[in-house]
Amino acid sequence: MADFWKRFSRNHQAVLGLLILCCVIFLAAIANIIYPGDPFLYSKFPLSPPGENGFLLGSDSIGRDVASGIAHGAKTSLLIGLIATLAAVFIGVIFGAFAGYYGGIVDDILMRVTEVFQTIPSFIFAILLVAIMKPSIESVVIAITVVSWPAVARLVRGEFLALKNREFVQACHTLGMGDVRIMLAEILPNCLSPIIVIGSLMVATAILIESGLAFLGLGDPNVMSWGFIISDGRSMLRVAWWICTFPGIAILITVLAINLVGEGLNDALNPRLRERK
Amino acid sequence: MTDKLLTISNLDIALPEGSERRLAVENLSIDLSPGETLCIVGESGSGKSLTARALMGLLPAPHVRATKGKVLFCGEDLTQASEPRMRQIRGSEISMIFQEPMTALNPVMTIGGQIDEVFRFHADMPPRERRKRAIQLLEDVHLPDPKQIVAAYPHELSGGQRQRAMIAMALALEPKILIADEPTTALDVTTQAQILKLINEMQDVHKSGVLFITHDFGVVADIADRVVVMQYGKVVETGTVDKVLNAPEHSYTQALIASVPSLIPRAPRPRSEHIVLSGKDVQKSFGGGKSLFGFGKPNRHVRAVKDVTLDLRRGETLGVVGESGSGKSTLARCIIRLMDSDSGSILLDDVDITSLGRSEMRPFRKRIQMVFQDPFASLNPRIKVGQIISQGPMIQGEARESAEARARELLEIVGLDERAFNRYPHEFSGGQRQRIGIARALALDPEILVADEPVSALDVSIQAQILELLDEIREKMNLSMMFITHDLRVAAQVCDRLAVMRYGEIVETGATGDIFNNPQHSYTQELLAAVPGQNWDRKLAT
Amino acid sequence: MNRSSKIFRYVSRRLIQGIPIILAIVVLNFFLLNLAEGDAVDVLAGEAGSATPEYMEEMRKKFGLDKPLPVQLAVYLKNVIQLDLGYSFRHDMQVTELIIDRFWPTLILMVSTILLAVGFGILLGLFAAINLNTWKDSVVSVFALITYATPLFWVGLMMIILFSIKNDWFPTSGMENSAMFYEGFERVKDIAHHLVLPTITLSLFYLALYTRMMRASMLEQYGQDYVITARAKGVTERRITFVHVLRNALLPVVTMAGVQVGALIGGSVIVESVFAWPGLGMLAFESLFARDLNLLLGIFLLSSALVVAVNLVVDVIYCFLDPRIEVN
Repeated sequence: MADFWKRFSRNHQAVLGLLILCCVIFLAAIANIIYPGDPFLYSKFPLSPPGENGFLLGSDSIGRDVASGIAHGAKTSLLIGLIATLAAVFIGVIFGAFAGYYGGIVDDILMRVTEVFQTIPSFIFAILLVAIMKPSIESVVIAITVVSWPAVARLVRGEFLALKNREFVQACHTLGMGDVRIMLAEILPNCLSPIIVIGSLMVATAILIESGLAFLGLGDPNVMSWGFIISDGRSMLRVAWWICTFPGIAILITVLAINLVGEGLNDALNPRLRERK
Repeated sequence: MTDKLLTISNLDIALPEGSERRLAVENLSIDLSPGETLCIVGESGSGKSLTARALMGLLPAPHVRATKGKVLFCGEDLTQASEPRMRQIRGSEISMIFQEPMTALNPVMTIGGQIDEVFRFHADMPPRERRKRAIQLLEDVHLPDPKQIVAAYPHELSGGQRQRAMIAMALALEPKILIADEPTTALDVTTQAQILKLINEMQDVHKSGVLFITHDFGVVADIADRVVVMQYGKVVETGTVDKVLNAPEHSYTQALIASVPSLIPRAPRPRSEHIVLSGKDVQKSFGGGKSLFGFGKPNRHVRAVKDVTLDLRRGETLGVVGESGSGKSTLARCIIRLMDSDSGSILLDDVDITSLGRSEMRPFRKRIQMVFQDPFASLNPRIKVGQIISQGPMIQGEARESAEARARELLEIVGLDERAFNRYPHEFSGGQRQRIGIARALALDPEILVADEPVSALDVSIQAQILELLDEIREKMNLSMMFITHDLRVAAQVCDRLAVMRYGEIVETGATGDIFNNPQHSYTQELLAAVPGQNWDRKLAT
Repeated sequence: MNRSSKIFRYVSRRLIQGIPIILAIVVLNFFLLNLAEGDAVDVLAGEAGSATPEYMEEMRKKFGLDKPLPVQLAVYLKNVIQLDLGYSFRHDMQVTELIIDRFWPTLILMVSTILLAVGFGILLGLFAAINLNTWKDSVVSVFALITYATPLFWVGLMMIILFSIKNDWFPTSGMENSAMFYEGFERVKDIAHHLVLPTITLSLFYLALYTRMMRASMLEQYGQDYVITARAKGVTERRITFVHVLRNALLPVVTMAGVQVGALIGGSVIVESVFAWPGLGMLAFESLFARDLNLLLGIFLLSSALVVAVNLVVDVIYCFLDPRIEVN
């Protein structure tokens, strides 16, 4: 663990990303303290430019505080990103593990299903799912999960496929070990690194998909999110640039930070890449 | 001396900071004359490959570089030569062939195209002439149908053919020096013999000096004029092949040579009548089945094991020898039920275990265990050594305490410190890991041990220690062993009986001594004739 | 068998492999349709304002909606094969017709985006790899890192603020200035003018992706053994880069370009809706608001088919780049 942290901290970009990410998490955590009350609450100062009327980042067309929206939106983005990723990793690992370990017909069937899901343009599929299920936090999480798991399944399948023929797994067979134990205790720990890396990068993608859905009006109407503010401020682009600009920067910074952390994890966890440097 | 092609004096090669040692090569001095073959011998990590790279100016810059000394090539110091000048020399004056011809050739470029580059950069020749020369070269290295091979891609050739093409490329402009970096290590023994013959033949024609890097003393005995022995980056001994091989002075050289298994089979041991394991008409093929829905890749049908019948008696070691692709590993995996054979039967004492289900098979597992080839792949990097050894008995129903106590005992038996128990596999060297693998197999108190090339990934000195250990435990535990190997030297020293395999079939079986002294099948004869260093063995024996 | 007939067989096999995928997507489509609250009759009734339950029952019978699911699926499959994707009540048009109308603008946008993203991505990645660990490499890498993290719609909006509102260089929306009735070359110029911002917006993310991939791929190939062989032959570094490494490095990038087409179509929904580009994405956006599910599913189906087609094209290109493709 200490060794891992040493390798991770050698990558300055990754450390910077981790710092930024911590700031965003902190912001989400204290959103209710610094901006108590409903972020949807409007005031009598519509379209205030940044810094005026007590609005740090300006207000929107009906006087809602953009800064408050960003703080509360941070919670939404991070939670949706995290939950959807966890669900997708869970499904993907199960699919990939079975397909890779058993091979043959199991692999064939599972991989055909994965292939279909990978062929479908994922964002349009997400739109469809949310539209059919009616926009809500749950439907957004489900949609993102449904379009994200195939990538994990493919990765895990590949790892299992390679590892199941390794001699240490064969040795387990000669000892009479059962399949479930081999998969869980012997193979899975050996492919945790790539799963962690792809999972961390998927959180970033999930946040981007969520904001895209919210931008198209498919976010939960009762929950503040970054995409919602931008979508709402779009028509005011000519008169109030700040409504769209700041939430966008928030997305950019968060996604960038997560990507940096993900790459740092990749460098620190993937010994093959390390050797190449 | 001015007639020397190459004189390296006091060469130091520095490794990047934080490496295991500061210098990869220290104070190295060697020389090479025209028409001479100089072998650099050493185990892994001795710095022999970096030496070759250094004189080509191909060290992995900027981390690894020559910090001291001179490399004089026909009077010119290559350590001071400019990059354009080095480029001129490389490929035309000094050229090189590598260990792994598959990765050393560009996969998306034709063989002809890659040979063509040598002419294009060093000789002013019209394209038509270059092509003609390329075909001529391929013919010179005895490749069949050179006109087709010119247009072929590397993946379309066999390993031996690829190495021939590499040699053709290296000799295109008749270089003064040919550097060969373990050029036959990745090849089968019969192919190796052909390639060594080819290098020799080319050397006679072109009068080049050959710098041959190898770890195999048999090869050294066959081709070297002079030998340089390296250890930890330093030259420990230099001399004529006769002197170094037959009267080594340095203790390291002596130890190395003593570790090389002799080709003279060891004395036969009395044979038990009791058959512990037998295979009857075992068959196994791969592929051929159509995948679901009828599309996807229709696999090629390969019959890996054909009608193999053999038996193993109590206390004996049966060697299964053959080249890569002969089906020997598949056979071992069928016998230990890692794979299901298509037909035939495998009898353990008198019980047919061929079609036992998983849980029915479990009680038989402890009677037959396996030692694997790759010491790095055969231990789970995420599990502690103690657990690796003790989990077998625990699966078989033994209590944790007694299984762990046994594991500690076994660590001692295989020659490891008891403290290894709580460590992870990556903290151990290859030889030590192989000991752990043996301990794992022994933990179940098996009657039969199947060893699949257990020493082929190890350096020769470690190899000798592991073979000794296997011999020791076989005696102590009265084990019967099935020993899979491609190395006839190892087979001669380990096995009581041999089964020679080719293309999935056993072509000949018999007592080791009989097979070595009087091989019946033409393939066995070919195989034995190809083993390098035979004259040396004969000389030692007399 | 010679190479070209090998490739032909390979391609036809891949073509056949695409069919079950399309079929699976059609079935998926059907179930999504059934998953949605209310059926076509509910929508119709909603359109009409009010309808008696008896009338709705009769309509259901007429549309075959009272039949068991497998029968409905069979009918649906038959319709799809005949390119009948149902009726859009909002637009009062056959869905197929509507989609074909809006297909061309999207195709224009996609093609220009792919050319820009793949072309420049490869060039930038190559540039960064050649200048490894210099400031040039850093600039490219930081640029790629940032654009890789930027949401598409935000880039679009910022483009509009910068290049349309602050500086009136490019139009904010639409595909052409229909009030001017341009013809011939003038019209092409007008469309191209409108195309600039949407193309840049859509390609930036993928440009970043391909740049990063190309750079990584080049670096990986530089570490391969055959590079040492080439050096040992005395080949110049220039030729090693452009002849040996480049072709090998392109292989994974080409594969990736195929994989990303689906994502690109998804991205076009956002970009088209930002720039009011009258393509499929815009149509999807409109149907979303109008709750015109039939239309949305039709677009979904067509875009999936498009991905299958593009993947096929990529496979063919790959065949020509990599001689190792085994066709057995």
